[in-house]
Amino acid sequence: MTGVLLRAARVTRRFGAFTAVDDVSMQVQPGEVVGLLGANGAGKTTLIRMLLGLIAVTSGHVDLLGGPPDRERRRRLGYVPQGLGLYGDLTVRENLSFSARAYGAAVPALPPALAPHADVLVRALPLGAQRQVAFLAALAHSPQVLVLDEPTSGVDALARAALWDTIRAQAEQGAGVLVTTHYMQEAQQCDRLLLMSGGRLVAQGSEADIIGSTTAVAVRTEDWARAFAALNAAGAPVMLEGRAIRVADADPAGLAEVLRAAGIQASLEPVPATIEERMLMLSRQARAS
Amino acid sequence: MTYAVRSATVRFGSTVALDDVTVEVPAGSVVAAVGGDGAGKSTLLRALAGELALDSGTVQTPPKQRLGYLPASSGSWAALTVTQNIDFVAGIYGLAGDELAARRAELLDRAALTPAAGRLAAQLSGGMRRKLGFVMAIVHRPALLILDEPTTGIDPVSRIDLWRLVSEAAASGTAVLMSTTYLDEAERAAHLVVLDSGRVLVQGPYDRVRASFAGVVTQSARPVRADWAWRRGRVLHEYWPGGDPSTPANPPAGATAVAPDLEDIVIALSLARRNTVPS
Repeated sequence: MTGVLLRAARVTRRFGAFTAVDDVSMQVQPGEVVGLLGANGAGKTTLIRMLLGLIAVTSGHVDLLGGPPDRERRRRLGYVPQGLGLYGDLTVRENLSFSARAYGAAVPALPPALAPHADVLVRALPLGAQRQVAFLAALAHSPQVLVLDEPTSGVDALARAALWDTIRAQAEQGAGVLVTTHYMQEAQQCDRLLLMSGGRLVAQGSEADIIGSTTAVAVRTEDWARAFAALNAAGAPVMLEGRAIRVADADPAGLAEVLRAAGIQASLEPVPATIEERMLMLSRQARAS
Repeated sequence: MTYAVRSATVRFGSTVALDDVTVEVPAGSVVAAVGGDGAGKSTLLRALAGELALDSGTVQTPPKQRLGYLPASSGSWAALTVTQNIDFVAGIYGLAGDELAARRAELLDRAALTPAAGRLAAQLSGGMRRKLGFVMAIVHRPALLILDEPTTGIDPVSRIDLWRLVSEAAASGTAVLMSTTYLDEAERAAHLVVLDSGRVLVQGPYDRVRASFAGVVTQSARPVRADWAWRRGRVLHEYWPGGDPSTPANPPAGATAVAPDLEDIVIALSLARRNTVPS
C-alpha cells in the first residue's frame, strides 16, 4: 500500500474573476475517513472535482493514487455524488450491472434488504434504498479511494448508521475515504476534519481544532421570548435551544448590558461552541468583509 | 392557544400511517417530529394542517388564513423572482401596498436574502430556496407554522439562519411544528415527538425523553448481539433494554456504558420495537 491516496498541493481554481478554490493543500491516507466541511459555495465540490480529474486546476497539483487523476487511476476510485449517479429509469439490477461492466467488476450480490427490489425501477425506491444502491455500485470494484458527497442527506438514523458501517468497513480494509457532510454528528465520526470557507482551507484536525477560539454563551431566563427579541434586535447571532438562548462568539458583559437595558433578568454562562457556530462566525466575517 | 391532533389514526389502504397519535403544539413553542422514512412525520404534519382526513381522532387547527405550511418540496415557483414569489403568496392573504413592502423588506433582511431579491428562485442555492419557502410560509403572520424538513440537505450556516427564523417566530408567539432527520438539531426544540411506523415511541422535552429512556447503551469494537447494535464512528453502540424477558437484561461485565444522545435513543427505541414486535 502506497503512502498517500489523494493529494492536493497548493491547488487554486478560478472561474473568470471568481476564485472557487484558493491555495488548498490536503491529503487522504489509507485507512482514514476524512470529513470535508463548509457552507454552500465554500469550494468543497470544486476541490473534489479537481481531485477526481473532472476539471483542471488553475495552479497547483493534484495526485490520485500516486499520479494524475486519469481514466486508469479513476478505475480504482469509488464516487457517490450528491445526486447519487443512478439511472432512475433502470431497475436496481440493471443499474448495478451497468456500473459493474463500466469498471470491469463482477455484479455485486444484493443484501437482504434490497433483494425484493431487484427488478424495481430505481426512481420508485425510497431515498434510503436508493443510497444503498449507489453505495453498492460505487463499491463493487473494491476501490482504494472512496469519495462521498453528502452520503446520508435525508436518510433516517438507522439507515445512516448502516451506511456508516459500510464506510468504516472500507476504511478498515485500507481504503481512504473523503466525505462531505452537513450533519455535525456525522462529522464527529470522521478521523480528521477539513473546514473550507470562501475557497480556503481555514482549519483542520479534530473537532476541537475546527472550533478553535470560537466561544458561545448560554442565556437562561424566565422571559426567554423577550430576551431573544432584545438580543436579536441588538444584532447578536442568537439561537434558541429549548428555552435557553445561545449566542456565538459574544462578550457576556455586552449581552448582560443589552438584557439589563431591556429590564430582563437572566443568567449567562460560557459554554463550548459547536462546529456549526464556528462556521456561522466564519460566514459572518466573510459577509462583513 | 394550543393546536393539536388527538388520538389520530390515518390509514392509506392497508398501511397505518398514524396510529392513535396525540401531539400538542402550544403557542410560542417549537415541537420537532423525528423518525425514519415512513415513520409518519409528514402524515402528522399534513393532519395538523388539515390537509388529509383522519380515520379517527380530532384536529384542532386555526382557519386556513392563520396557517403557514412549508411542504417538503421547495414551495416556491422556479420561474418567479424571490420578490415575485413573496408578493404572490402575500396577495393570496390580502397583503398589499406599503404593508407588504415593509413586511417583505423585514423578512428578506432577517433571512439574509435581500441581495437575492431580484434573482429567479431557480437560481438560488438549496439553502436560500428553503429560506425563501420559509419566508413565504410566514409572510401573513400565521398562528400555526408547519415546516416539513425545512433543513434537510442544506448547509450548516443556512441551517442556523433557518433556526434563528424559527426561533424568532416562536418567540413572537407562533406555534411551530417541524420535522427533521437531524437529531442534533431536534435537541433544540422545546418538545420532541419520536415516531416509528406511525406510532409515538416517546415524546416530551429532550431532558424528559432522555430521563425516561430505560436500559443501557454500551460501546465496543465487537457487539454481542448484532441486531441490537449500530455504528458510531470507530466503535459500535449496543442497546440493553432491560426488563424485557426476550433479551438479556444486562450487558456483560466489563462493557463500557455511554451516556446516550438523542441519536442513540431514537435508534435504540426503533430497534427495540423492530426486534420485539412480530412483523
